[in-house]
Amino acid sequence: MTTLTPGAAPVAPDPSDQTRAMLAGSDRRRRVTDRVATGLVVTAFLIALVPLVSVSWTVVSNGFERLSPYFLSVSMRGVFGGMDAGGIYHAIVGTLLITTVAALISVPIGLLAAIYLVEYGRGRLARWVTFFVDVMTGIPSIVAGLFAYAFFAVLFGPGVRFGVVGSVALSVLMIPVVVRSCEEMLRLVPNELREAAYALGVPKWLVVIKVVLRTAVAGLGTGIMLAVARVIGETAPLLITVGVIDSINFNVFEGRMMSLPVYVYRQYSQGLVPCAPGAADCIATINYDRAWAAALTLIIIVMLLNLVGRLITRFFAPKTLR
Amino acid sequence: MTTTTSPTAPVGSPGGAPQPPRSARRRWPEGRATRAFRWLATGAGALILVVLAAVALFLIVRAWPALTADGATLGEDISWFPDDSSLLRFVGPLVFGTLLAAVLALLIATPISIGIALFISHYAPRRLANGLGYVIDLLAAIPSVVYGLWGAIWLAPRLSPVWQWLSETLGFIPLFAGPAADPPRVILTVGVVLAAMILPIITAVCREVFLQAPRLHEEAALALGATRWEMIRMAVLPFGRSGIVSAAMLGLGRALGETMAVLMILSPGALYSFNLLQAGQHQTIAANIALQFPEADPTGVSVLIATGLALFVITLAVNMAARAIVARRKEFSGAN
Repeated sequence: MTTLTPGAAPVAPDPSDQTRAMLAGSDRRRRVTDRVATGLVVTAFLIALVPLVSVSWTVVSNGFERLSPYFLSVSMRGVFGGMDAGGIYHAIVGTLLITTVAALISVPIGLLAAIYLVEYGRGRLARWVTFFVDVMTGIPSIVAGLFAYAFFAVLFGPGVRFGVVGSVALSVLMIPVVVRSCEEMLRLVPNELREAAYALGVPKWLVVIKVVLRTAVAGLGTGIMLAVARVIGETAPLLITVGVIDSINFNVFEGRMMSLPVYVYRQYSQGLVPCAPGAADCIATINYDRAWAAALTLIIIVMLLNLVGRLITRFFAPKTLR
Repeated sequence: MTTTTSPTAPVGSPGGAPQPPRSARRRWPEGRATRAFRWLATGAGALILVVLAAVALFLIVRAWPALTADGATLGEDISWFPDDSSLLRFVGPLVFGTLLAAVLALLIATPISIGIALFISHYAPRRLANGLGYVIDLLAAIPSVVYGLWGAIWLAPRLSPVWQWLSETLGFIPLFAGPAADPPRVILTVGVVLAAMILPIITAVCREVFLQAPRLHEEAALALGATRWEMIRMAVLPFGRSGIVSAAMLGLGRALGETMAVLMILSPGALYSFNLLQAGQHQTIAANIALQFPEADPTGVSVLIATGLALFVITLAVNMAARAIVARRKEFSGAN
């Protein structure tokens, strides 16, 4: 109180006034730079919204019209030219089967590897696994497809194309994602819980299964859902390992299968149909329409998986951790 | 006291004898189930390394016929393989096209990503920040084939007038030499679409790093009278520099391997050309594989796998460099 009274410095012109003037009247150039920077930062954010909004809008508006129960329940068998027919049932079947097999392969491996890293990981092997899991996240999807093709070509001879080959390709992409997210979730389990169980004489494997996994189950579910959502839209590896087909195939061990992303690409690449003038049952843009509708279905599936993943966290977390 | 006590044992240790039980516990035989579980988990960890090694191994095995054959034979056997050429001369333009598309995407995406990350970490209201981060993550959830469809059918016609204008006004720069192709199935369009696809990953990493910037430095800068931008330039960006570099490299790795968007938009060619606005000049490795693979004969497959091997090596190098920078940053950063 007393030191700040104006009378305390009687000789020089008031220093606190001088300081205030210096602080308040910062020169114009600096203030303008600040404004411009703020403007640029906000603009960058708005620019990022452009693709998000326009992708969602174009897919919904172009795909909504053709998306119908009929479209979801028939295959493309016997459909040609500009016929107003055909659907994506075979592609949905293929996508679900291939992705399920991929999840069956990669979830056990990924989860166990995450358990290894969190519960046992010491020394050089753990460091290597951590580093190469990160590196593996960056493997291009087409290289994963080539690997699966080469692997099965060595086993069964060249030119094999069936569902499991695609599943193996997707697993290569999925395992690192599962490991990363599961590892993060397992690390969140408080050490006190483990120690309490050890103190009761519970063997380590039971501690991991009954205490650690039980506590983290919601987070693990979310992580796995997001990993599935990531690979379900992969196109390139399936295009080269599973191929394309127009009819329904339920057998993942034999024969080509269609999948939704590949269907989108296939319809797009067939392009416009040359319609004879006056032809009644011929739609020139039928292939693009089907591509948009299939893309809409794919996006809906991906968003549902994301949503389910987030809801799991909300509803299945152990009561004590809420 | 019994007579069998060894002379080295501590005679009057208080609290009984804690030593024997403890060492006994350490030697306690691990239960069979516990041991099996440990080996199972360790095996899964090791399997990941095995898979990565297997990827390299199988690619090399299948690419071997193409790697050892001479160019003339390949040219005879494969319809799309240029005559009197060699594998190296075939891969060269593809590598060039791959790098060009990825670098273009990176040049567009990095500044925007840094802006978004700063907006989320330092400009947006606290309550909004999390939701905004989630919105940007949604961009990553959209499948690449949908980006391809959107880029080819919706975006390309809208970019066409912009590219026309660029070639007319800036045509004297070799990069933008006209005439701009219409429809614009050119590498610059691909760059724009790829940029949208790698925005989320660069933004996510940058955001993490910016949020870690030491709070005290920021407050000190503000207390000295710095404006918000000066605070960011003095306290946040220097702290996050290596983080930005590694984020950009992760984005680069993603862009290098992207297939569908390129395949659906670009009109392919095989030249070392910097004409960003002309069609039929470039092709990337990944798109070329997806284009030729379904109809390739065994020799052709072998050549394509050889190009895939090149892509694998390039992305592996980029990703390892990015991860190494992240790791080094952890060691040397004074703030941690």
